[in-house]
Amino acid sequence: MNTRTSPLARAPFDRTLLLAAPATLFMVALFIYPFLYGLWLSFEPAKGGWLANYHKFFTADNLWPTIWTTLRLALPATLINVGIALPIAFRMRVKSRYQRLITTVLVVPITLGTVLIADGMLTYFGPKGWLAHVLELLPFYEGPIRLTHNYWGVLISLVISGFPFAFLLILSYITGIDPVLARAASTLGASPTAQFRHIYLPLLAPGLAMCFCLAFVQAYSVFPSAVLLGAPAGPTRVISLAAYEAAFEQYDYSLASAIAMIMGFVQLIIVAIVLGLRGLFYRGPVVGGKG
Amino acid sequence: MNQDFSELRLDRVTRRFAGAGGQAFNALDELTITIKRGEFIALLGPSGCGKSTALNCIAGLLPLSGGTIRLDDLRIDTLPPESRGFGMVFQNYALFPHMSVERNIGFGLRMRGVSTAETATRVANALKLVQLTGQEHKLPGQLSGGQQQRVAIARAIVIEPPLVLMDEPLSNLDAKLRIETRAEIRRIHHELGRATIYVTHDQDEALSLADRIVVMKDGVVQQIDRPQQIYAQPANLHVARFMGYRNVIEMDVEATTGDRIALRDRDVRLTGTPMQALPGKLAMVAMRPEEIVVGDGPEGRNTLAVRVETVEYGGRDSLVGVVTATGARLFLRTAQSAAPGDALSIHVPAERALVYAPTPA
Repeated sequence: MNTRTSPLARAPFDRTLLLAAPATLFMVALFIYPFLYGLWLSFEPAKGGWLANYHKFFTADNLWPTIWTTLRLALPATLINVGIALPIAFRMRVKSRYQRLITTVLVVPITLGTVLIADGMLTYFGPKGWLAHVLELLPFYEGPIRLTHNYWGVLISLVISGFPFAFLLILSYITGIDPVLARAASTLGASPTAQFRHIYLPLLAPGLAMCFCLAFVQAYSVFPSAVLLGAPAGPTRVISLAAYEAAFEQYDYSLASAIAMIMGFVQLIIVAIVLGLRGLFYRGPVVGGKG
Repeated sequence: MNQDFSELRLDRVTRRFAGAGGQAFNALDELTITIKRGEFIALLGPSGCGKSTALNCIAGLLPLSGGTIRLDDLRIDTLPPESRGFGMVFQNYALFPHMSVERNIGFGLRMRGVSTAETATRVANALKLVQLTGQEHKLPGQLSGGQQQRVAIARAIVIEPPLVLMDEPLSNLDAKLRIETRAEIRRIHHELGRATIYVTHDQDEALSLADRIVVMKDGVVQQIDRPQQIYAQPANLHVARFMGYRNVIEMDVEATTGDRIALRDRDVRLTGTPMQALPGKLAMVAMRPEEIVVGDGPEGRNTLAVRVETVEYGGRDSLVGVVTATGARLFLRTAQSAAPGDALSIHVPAERALVYAPTPA
């Protein structure tokens, strides 16, 4: 490839770029600077060498397992959210009388805060709630059913709060695919299942990967529901909880920063893997021709 | 699906839609036609005339509100599109953007479970037929509009369907490519020897491609005939207007003698050919600009004195707008030079002044 540019190709400075200045300042002041400050802080431990915090994290038995504890919650929650949102959004892609109503109902949880959801779940899913009572009457499981203050409580809450997000995102991807492609496939002999498998799924794959990443990052930083609905001392001692404890119970901001950096790094690894897989799929316009 | 067939019969095929204000209207009203194997049928009409609706009904993409479709003795209007096995070419091509040219064309064969080896051979043949050999590994986005359209045609015909449906396949191409691809479509139709139904709003396309033309308006069939008939003998005023009978003037009927009819509007007299039964004294006479001649007619018959109003230069000839003594505006094509304000005498042969019953325009 010829990389030399002709003098004509060098555009004069575009003054409209200045419009981006306030936003850039805002980002620097509220995001980039705090991030870099935290990164720097994580290498300035109270005692020991510059990597002492990281060393401590990966050796302390109450710290490093939080990575897996959080992954054990965030990955299933993300898979469930994307997995359920996909068929429902696919069904909702065509305009119908009920589409608006159903979409509204599905999206309502996004407007509720995690704390409100947790509060509602504590009564509804709690041991005295009628759901647990009804489930106990059914002959599937012996003994008391506990859906709060354990792993399941947090998982359910992550699904409730994360689903609308995944649903809306996937719905927008699906409605962006020209329905005439599926009609063309049908005239070529593709059954509805084959249309989904060969047309919709491959075209949606990059969008699904994106949706997975965003939903995962959101779930991995779970905090309030892990405390309110989980068992914060054990099975749902998530990584953000460890950071919180370090910062506000031990007043070790430096360690807390290190934990936050590790948390971000784990998220980055998962996102990188998923986006790497996305590269295997077609990425481009999802319409079949002109117009 | 039966690959070899003798005829496709549409019997009173109707499609209703809910219109504005909840009122249902017939987008397609009782279309009845029998299409023979090997025939090329064009559905012709302005946008909104129901021609695409008809095509979608045949393809199975729209359920019928009434009527039946039969392929020989098999009733197919109750089958989903994937069971009908007709090849369809869409206006916007509808190529699968994530599949290579090869995989696009082979899609229908894969859906039919055709072996990989046979698929490869048939795809290669189809590529040769549409002259795209060498492009098989490209994605549709890397092709030009004309090439994309040819891929769409190859994809529809590689499954060797009994019927190929084409929905304005040339409307996105530029004028030169349109004429080239038109010839291509006709050639492919002949090579396959099956039936083609072709939707268009372009008379030239319909005239040059079709064995028979179905002219439609507001969901209702106006005329089904050979192109020569449609062009020279339109069945009614709508068809005439659509086929380029640009000059339509209202006149009174004076007398009918055999196959001629005498018309009059104050001082202007014309003799024309009746195309329809006339319900009253009022008639509409339709003439093509190309069939009005400058100069007096034989023995001064069917001759009008006019004044030139506009001249549109068009290369080989000019389109001249004139006004008659009664104030009627006419257009004619002539190679003679004329200037606004000139006085001319023009005439039209009686057999080319077609007389119709007045219809609401």
